[in-house]
Amino acid sequence: MTPSVGHARSGRSAPASIVAPDDLVDAAQALFADGMRLALVSGHDDGGSLRATYLFTSGPPDTRVELHVPLDHNRPHVPTLAALSFPASRFERELADLFGIEPLGHPQLRRLVLHQHWPAGWHPMRQGSGDPPEMVTGAGSFPFVPVDGPGVYEIPVGPVHAGLIEPGHFRFWVVGETILRMKARLWFVHKGIERLFEGKDVAAGLEIAERISGDTAVGHALAYCQAVEAACAMPVSDHAHVLRAVLLELERLYNHVADIGALCNDVGFGIAHAWALSLRERLLQLNREVTGHRLLRNGVVPGGARVDRLPRPAELAEVSHRFEELVELASSNALVMERFAGTAVLDEAHARALGVVGVVARAAGVAFDARRSHPFIDLGPLLSPARRASGDVLGRYLVRIDEVRSSLAILADLVPRAGDLHAVGSSETTATDGPGSAGVGICEGWRGVVVHRVEVDGRRRLRRVKVVDPSFLNWPALSVALADTIVPDFPLANKSFNLSYAGNDL
Amino acid sequence: MTGAWPVGAVAAISVLQVLGVVVGGPLLVGLMRKVRCRLEGRVGPPVHQPLLDLRKLARRERTRPDQASWIFSAVPVVLVATTLVIALVAPLLATDPAFGWSADLFALVYLLLVGSVALALGALDTGTAFGGMGASRAMTIGALSEPALLVAVLALSVPAHSSNVPTIVARSLTHPAWLATPQRLLSLVAFLIVIVAESGRLPVDNPSTHLELTMIHEAMVLEYAGADLALVKLGESMRLAVLLALFADLFVPWGVATGPGIGHVVVAVVAIAAKVAALGVALAVFEVAVAKLRLFRVPELLAGAFVLAVLAVVSALVVP
Repeated sequence: MTPSVGHARSGRSAPASIVAPDDLVDAAQALFADGMRLALVSGHDDGGSLRATYLFTSGPPDTRVELHVPLDHNRPHVPTLAALSFPASRFERELADLFGIEPLGHPQLRRLVLHQHWPAGWHPMRQGSGDPPEMVTGAGSFPFVPVDGPGVYEIPVGPVHAGLIEPGHFRFWVVGETILRMKARLWFVHKGIERLFEGKDVAAGLEIAERISGDTAVGHALAYCQAVEAACAMPVSDHAHVLRAVLLELERLYNHVADIGALCNDVGFGIAHAWALSLRERLLQLNREVTGHRLLRNGVVPGGARVDRLPRPAELAEVSHRFEELVELASSNALVMERFAGTAVLDEAHARALGVVGVVARAAGVAFDARRSHPFIDLGPLLSPARRASGDVLGRYLVRIDEVRSSLAILADLVPRAGDLHAVGSSETTATDGPGSAGVGICEGWRGVVVHRVEVDGRRRLRRVKVVDPSFLNWPALSVALADTIVPDFPLANKSFNLSYAGNDL
Repeated sequence: MTGAWPVGAVAAISVLQVLGVVVGGPLLVGLMRKVRCRLEGRVGPPVHQPLLDLRKLARRERTRPDQASWIFSAVPVVLVATTLVIALVAPLLATDPAFGWSADLFALVYLLLVGSVALALGALDTGTAFGGMGASRAMTIGALSEPALLVAVLALSVPAHSSNVPTIVARSLTHPAWLATPQRLLSLVAFLIVIVAESGRLPVDNPSTHLELTMIHEAMVLEYAGADLALVKLGESMRLAVLLALFADLFVPWGVATGPGIGHVVVAVVAIAAKVAALGVALAVFEVAVAKLRLFRVPELLAGAFVLAVLAVVSALVVP
């Protein structure tokens, strides 16, 4: 279980130890004590046998450790890690729903992924689970924790919302305008995406990975490709790494710009929204010229990267200029800043305890960034730490601004390094007839860290793909941040998190 | 007041006022939207788009919540009717409209209030969480803005020794120096803040949001559809037009016809349209520059309006 020192490469297999279920808690405790985070928990049904995989990561230096837990097929169970890690408790509930693996001693073993109307005992990720069964009518309702008291009332919102928003149900318990408690009920768009990967060729899996969450096409494609490359021992040239880094930053750019405008729109400052949308459109057109797709699909491919052309320095300068104008417009408006400041605070202690990642974590003072912890390319001092301690909407707004600036600086540096070679690498490596292997990919998508773990068979067919979108880790933090927030500020708080429903629901 | 108005002319002017408010209200909203869009770098819908929307909605099916009572259906009618009464009796075009004797400032303010309360009742009647939320917020704001409006109005009626609007307008025209007194200016600012709050515009409410949880006015009318919604939208835009027209009447009265004659009336129509349009454009420009206040800051703004109104009254009583 010796952690290996990371090289400038993030797609690789992690050193693994086989741990009996009874030893899992001790092994995990030792890894948490070393400062590692639980990045992924994945169940596996190999036909006759079940197992669970726990991926722990830390960095820099890039360190990954896997614990493989073989399970009793007749009564699969693992001891819960809920007391050690909040994310673990959620991964375990997912295991229980999808694989029927019971986390013993779990403090809150309720359904997570599967809504109440699916029959008990049906676990869709088990081999032979077959087609989805008939929905149970009259199934129990969702166990909302009742909140009672003088003047307390409930506001149910969604799952269908006004505007182009993904489905999610929010239940508020409110006194006057102050939120006492908020429960987000998700998984309305659970599509069984991990199952869709199974049996596909590794190249065909890319299409699915790019569509896990439409706004994170590069993030998911990159983590997927890194995992596949590690599993299949595909070489990737340094040049391809540069192109991938360019695409990753282009994705961060257009999403952060849109978010900054949307935050302003949610406080009624429409002009900044209009400016941001116009700048986003410019970036989408640039994306289209770079990869042939406005959302940057088909740029990252297994074994390499493919671009039609690179952004020109003049274009980056124009984007930078327009972005600074936008920031000046929004940040100089005292009313806008007043709305952002102190709204929906997620403090550092809660952020760490909940294991949040990405923009939300960095706005709460947690410096975790996979570009630094699990680098596939050395960005050096260009990757300035975007970090704020306030944990409020203003902090998340400012982190996004910092990250846009740093992305533009990174792009300005990378584009000359990428030279004039546009398409590099291919997935044409010979298939080995080995027993199959596994690989992990980690990258910092615009929302936060994206992790894929892939297992392939000897003919390069996907046996199991486990996806962790940053939204899965960040959703619970939204409810926590809403303490003492007023109802009309919820949309603003929600927008400042801007989590994906599709990426969470899978 | 001045000269003898033939009965036919008085009736014609009142009809003209009502028609002007019914058509002018939606056009005003369209104009304000257009200005906002242009300032934000967007093209925006045509100015007459709200009229087209009304026609579209009027043809659509009305849907009603199962649990709603007759109150829900009566609200759009009450809203439009109260505003129509104001449009009929207020001296928008001439200082002597039909039933001008009834156009007491307090009566007009309470007619507006009847519309607001009706909307809140209709919202509560739906039984939905959003309706109740919007009604509670609207009443909180209304409870603070109505007193400010009343006191501001009181300051205007002191020098005129009358709370009858036609009388105030007529006497203002003969005593233009009144218009620059401290009480006028204080009351003007209070009146403006109340207009913004009452008509649900930024920074108090955001009329263009789709976020239910942030809504005040829109949350109350979420359940209306078809012709009911058309009436509600018409009522809203008419209220805005009437408020701005009253504001123009009280603070910049020039152009209002003081005597009979077709020429006077033409001048009055052009003047009121220009004044209301200018006020609408100014409001729209202001809206582009501000963001929406946090809900709990709105009472502070309205308390400010109330203080200004009180100061206006004190100043009106002290300064002769």
